[in-house]
Amino acid sequence: MSWLLRPLIGLGAFAIMALGALGRLVLFAGETLGRAIRPPWYPARLLEQMALVGWFSLPVVGLTALFTGAALAQQVFVGGSRFNAESTVPAINVIAIVRELGPVLAGLMVAGRVSSAMAAEIATMRVTEQIDALVTLRTDPFRYLIAPRLVAATLMLPLLVIVANLIGVMGGWLIATTRLGFNSSTYLITTARYLEWEDVRSSLVKAAVFGFILALTGCYNGFRSSGGAAGVGRATTNAVVTAFILILLANLVITVLVFGA
Amino acid sequence: MTQLRLSLRGVHKAFGAKQVLAGVDLDILPGQSMVVIGGSGTGKSVLLKCILGLLRPDRGSIRLDGEELVGLAGPALDRARARFGMLFQGGALFDSLTVWRNVTFALTAGRSGRAGTLRARAIEELARVGLGPDVADLKPASLSGGMQKRVALARAICARPDILFFDEPTTGLDPIMADVINRLIREQVAALGATALSITHDMGSVRHIADRVAMLAEGRIVWEGAVAELDSSGNPFVDQFVRGRADGPIRLPATAPAGLADNAADR
Repeated sequence: MSWLLRPLIGLGAFAIMALGALGRLVLFAGETLGRAIRPPWYPARLLEQMALVGWFSLPVVGLTALFTGAALAQQVFVGGSRFNAESTVPAINVIAIVRELGPVLAGLMVAGRVSSAMAAEIATMRVTEQIDALVTLRTDPFRYLIAPRLVAATLMLPLLVIVANLIGVMGGWLIATTRLGFNSSTYLITTARYLEWEDVRSSLVKAAVFGFILALTGCYNGFRSSGGAAGVGRATTNAVVTAFILILLANLVITVLVFGA
Repeated sequence: MTQLRLSLRGVHKAFGAKQVLAGVDLDILPGQSMVVIGGSGTGKSVLLKCILGLLRPDRGSIRLDGEELVGLAGPALDRARARFGMLFQGGALFDSLTVWRNVTFALTAGRSGRAGTLRARAIEELARVGLGPDVADLKPASLSGGMQKRVALARAICARPDILFFDEPTTGLDPIMADVINRLIREQVAALGATALSITHDMGSVRHIADRVAMLAEGRIVWEGAVAELDSSGNPFVDQFVRGRADGPIRLPATAPAGLADNAADR
């Protein structure tokens, strides 16, 4: 019987470990938010993080959206032609971009760029005693380091996703009008007609949640890192992997439970 | 009777099964420069972190002018820390801030403040540690190790603390720069009229900056006396350490040293 139980025991141990890690992440988020609502606040740190997360992520998010939107239009055209539905390209393109690909791809790209940077910076501060120095200088690291990053990412991701959605739609328009024979104004009118407020709301809610997640995983893994340079590397890898998994999981939950109806 | 500035009684701290501090007793008088010596991994840094409130002792008492520090939190702990200045082993300067922002951090606690006034104040503080105004706008990464230590010292003294802590102040420095740092520490402690607690295993530094010396071994203070008595202490731990002998009561660590970083959650 033991060979039969062994996989179950392993599965159980994994589930306990995963739930424990999730619990610690939630406690960390709770502690940060609990402290962040009380002063002192650091507006200069917040603005700096907003620039790092938002402005400096624009190129990578914009290019990703442009290429994905263009490729999607091509794919929808080829697929739709099998049942004479080529005209659905603008409608499907805008719905897919706004509801799904815009927020998810922007979330993943920013996670790769920002979550890793946050984890590496904070982990380095941990191993070089800069976080201890903050504490001895009467500065709460949760308020000074973590809260500005969480707030900045939560605010900036929706703005980035608005830009990503626009560029993604324009990527589809570019391919459709230059290669697929669509009329430019007809394409744009059809796009606008099929876009609903609910799609935009879904997109922005997802973006805010993804922003919070990617900053949280970056800060958490950096703050709890140990073990010198190897620890910094581990923190960075864990931050990105955890952010990717949690963003995709959150996307599923929000899509099915919140906007599925 | 003179009131003790800092008084430690029965301070215990363990990391898992490893008992690092096993009942540390130590008294420091106002204006005194106390240096705690001891081998690597004997818990000197842990002791300092317990006093600073970065680690919580498992047992024991740490009193600052009679006020208990263990268990202190919130504004009361902030008030106590406002009296502290700390020079970390590696400097622990904030990479993302300029030198002048680092130096004045204790005045602003991270907030922006009046840039012109703060920068001028930072330049004054840099002059006290022998650095020119040209370094004020640099980032710490562009400074040498010795310059970083001096900037860190300027940061530690900027808010005029009355207790200064030095964690291995000369580690990683060449002998000349180590002497510069030792002189600066002595000068600044005297200029501020501050009490100082340093931990080091650099005997040159000990002789330069100490009024009194305490030897930490096996988790306890095994000897304490004036720096002049160091060479004639009659204590086998001190004799072995001062003379740098492999043979003696101090055993070389067979296990990993107490992992401060591995216990980050404790902070």
